[in-house]
Amino acid sequence: MSVTKAISSGDAGLLPGRRDEDWRWTDLRGLIRQMPAASPEGRAWAWDHPLTQSVDSLIEVVNGRGPSDLEVPAGETRLAAYRFLSSAEAGAHTAELWVSVGEGAVLTLVESYEGASGGYLANANINLRLAKGARVERVVFAADHAEGVSVVDASVELAAEASYAQTVLTTGARRQRIETRVAHPGAHAQVRLDGAYLLEGQHNADLTTVVEHLGVDGVTSQLTKGVVRDQSRGVFQGRIVVSEGADRTDARMGHHALILSDKAEIDAKPELLIFADDVQCAHGNTVGALDEDALFYAEQRGMPEDLARALLTAAFVGEVIERIEHEAVREAAQAWAAQRLEV
Amino acid sequence: MLSISNLRAEVDGNEILKGLSLEVPAGEVHAIMGPNGAGKSTLSYVLTGRDGYEVTGGTATLNGEDLLSLDPAERAAKGMFLSFQYPLEIPGVPALTFIRTAMNAQRKARGEPEVSAPEFLKLAKATAASLKIDFDMLKRALNVGFSGGEKKRMEIFQMAMLSPRFLILDETDSGLDIDALKIVSDGVNAMRSPERGMLVITHYQRLLDYIKPDRVHVLSAGRIVETGGPELALELERDGYDKYARAA
Repeated sequence: MSVTKAISSGDAGLLPGRRDEDWRWTDLRGLIRQMPAASPEGRAWAWDHPLTQSVDSLIEVVNGRGPSDLEVPAGETRLAAYRFLSSAEAGAHTAELWVSVGEGAVLTLVESYEGASGGYLANANINLRLAKGARVERVVFAADHAEGVSVVDASVELAAEASYAQTVLTTGARRQRIETRVAHPGAHAQVRLDGAYLLEGQHNADLTTVVEHLGVDGVTSQLTKGVVRDQSRGVFQGRIVVSEGADRTDARMGHHALILSDKAEIDAKPELLIFADDVQCAHGNTVGALDEDALFYAEQRGMPEDLARALLTAAFVGEVIERIEHEAVREAAQAWAAQRLEV
Repeated sequence: MLSISNLRAEVDGNEILKGLSLEVPAGEVHAIMGPNGAGKSTLSYVLTGRDGYEVTGGTATLNGEDLLSLDPAERAAKGMFLSFQYPLEIPGVPALTFIRTAMNAQRKARGEPEVSAPEFLKLAKATAASLKIDFDMLKRALNVGFSGGEKKRMEIFQMAMLSPRFLILDETDSGLDIDALKIVSDGVNAMRSPERGMLVITHYQRLLDYIKPDRVHVLSAGRIVETGGPELALELERDGYDKYARAA
């Protein structure tokens, strides 16, 4: 993709920008006039994460070095964690991860994206291949530096009866795009693509997803929620394509955002492109403030206004986090949200 | 207990309460009846401090302490509880979490220690049993997908858990069938005590068959225009509010 090409060739002119329809809200070309120098090697730092104790393998990818491929043999169950780090010396770097999950295998894949200081342009390409009946749950904790720029691009291919579930949790960056493309074969395969962005300061986050339903009997369920404060900006682009003949597709997409400051911004583009006849598709998109009636109700029961706001905001985001199936990962996600929402 | 004197309040620049005075001594249950638009719900919101209800004159005190200068949470911590006519749905917050958060916030405001988890659960289980509430319902998001009757029962549950000093019941009978009305009324009656006052706001006399008031007040056009014993409610049921609407 163009970010990867731009970084490997050192040519900022190849970066996507506002003239590319899918990038008009995340204009990297306008932002980065000159490509930063290629990142030198760097060192990992300690991970302050509640999951460390329970993962089977923890791989650290610093400034784009590594990682090797991950293969989960048929029938096996794994919990793997990857940290994609941009160290203090980082300039531009790109990393690639190939993951193949065998027939009937189960993988919980946790990724974190972390930056030690600003000024980097980081890119990661995650390629996932799921064999028949394989189950993958991918949870992304994006904790980029406020001044960093990061693009994570995941490409997912599913075989029949496979199940792919994803939750992206992010606090944004100077610019940050987390994109997921799913080739959905139908055939009783199931896809869940969720996300939550909690932005403040001048952070940006762009959650973009494309799901292409290519065969009959496919299910996709999407729920993304966002909370923007200060002058932050959230972007949600969700596209579901139901190809000709992909009958009995059941696809649902929801994006709901709270704007907690009048200088914050949400740009949302939910798209359903349907070329088949017998489908059930729906999308909902709402952007607003906290419900004043609910706030008064909580205050009347004794919660001071700040506490009532925090509780209602956490509950709003909690709906996404509750859908994470892996218990330890869900608890880590709950802790992540609670810390950021100061509940 | 609750003492309201010459209270005036407006909403969006329209004066709704026009010099309302009322005394509810501790241990008594007073009913406020009145036609639609008389200011019944406004009174409940003014007493609990809702935004948009602007007090332009008069006083309201609970046990001699001014209420009107406090924010809603401070009033709750002083013991004011409003059972809403239309209880709100709170998606994503289990009922138990909501109530425990409220209880601890009130305790903190009063300088009391937080309730421990086992202590809270024990109290919640006993209270749920007495109100015939399925305990599993308390683990669900508060009021989300609940029927009208279930929502009112959850109001009474919260009331019993928080044990406020003064209760305002705003149209608690609306949306209730007879069985639910009986359960809710039993719950309210169980809270009657010599230290606690109650204000029961209702359009119909029916609720007062179950929650027997000591005094009945007629609210019309923003003022109390008549006060009497329980027989006044029966008279209103028979004759309607016409006479008072004209008097106002």
